[in-house]
Amino acid sequence: MIRMLALGAAAAFALAAPAAAAPTDAQIAHIAYTAGLIDIAAGKQALARSHDRRVRAFAQEMVRDHQAVNDKALALVKKLHVTPEANPTSAALSKGAAAKLKELSRLRGRAFDRAYLQNEVAYHRTVNGALRDTLIPRASNAELKSLLETGLTLFTEHQRHAEHVAAELR
Amino acid sequence: MRPGRFGLLLGAAAAAAAALASPASAAPRVFTIALDKMKFGPAPAGLHVGDRIVWVNRDFIRHSATAADRSFDLDLPAGKSGAVVLRKAGAIVVACKFHPGMKLQLNVAK
Repeated sequence: MIRMLALGAAAAFALAAPAAAAPTDAQIAHIAYTAGLIDIAAGKQALARSHDRRVRAFAQEMVRDHQAVNDKALALVKKLHVTPEANPTSAALSKGAAAKLKELSRLRGRAFDRAYLQNEVAYHRTVNGALRDTLIPRASNAELKSLLETGLTLFTEHQRHAEHVAAELR
Repeated sequence: MRPGRFGLLLGAAAAAAAALASPASAAPRVFTIALDKMKFGPAPAGLHVGDRIVWVNRDFIRHSATAADRSFDLDLPAGKSGAVVLRKAGAIVVACKFHPGMKLQLNVAK
């Protein structure tokens, strides 16, 4: 189940690769923003379903941090007069995330907590890999690149936090 | 007479020097440490008990300045500042409780 989701997100990023042209800043912004929205939605689902203090604290942090990054990203694209552009990578990410939300909505209690955290570990790992290997190297605007770099440092912390909570729930 | 006067002068000079030196080293000072791009700025040198540290969060992300020994735990919302007074001597490890990879060691003298 976890592996399937990780594959889903990984496949979404792989979709971008065959496209001959490197993603533009407008597409990179859209992918990063979409990835943030997905984790905010996952965090809100966890806040609605989980009663575990550690899981809730983690989910609150995800909602807060990803919302802050997305607000910053929106302000930046506005300033740069860039309109985020939908693309196959963000569409595939959204599709995979919708399926995951549905799947998790059927779980409760400890089973939900475990599945949510395991998914957060896999999801952050995939997104961080894409940021490091694709999105950051290909971003051309310096401010966008800097925001993505701060994002990567932040999301690496999230991944570590998710791993920590996931291990506690095991 | 002469040596006595000399001694008195020396004593006065020493007292004056001490008076000059002691308020300077005893008066609490204020240091600023910024949090920027998911990192704490460098730890200031020459920290003493009684000094005040102003933490400035320049990130758009909420952080904290939390001492591992729990001597202080300061919430730092995005773009906000806060201050703590150092109450204990020694090495104090400070981390952000939300992002524990952000760390800093303060060396505080008596």
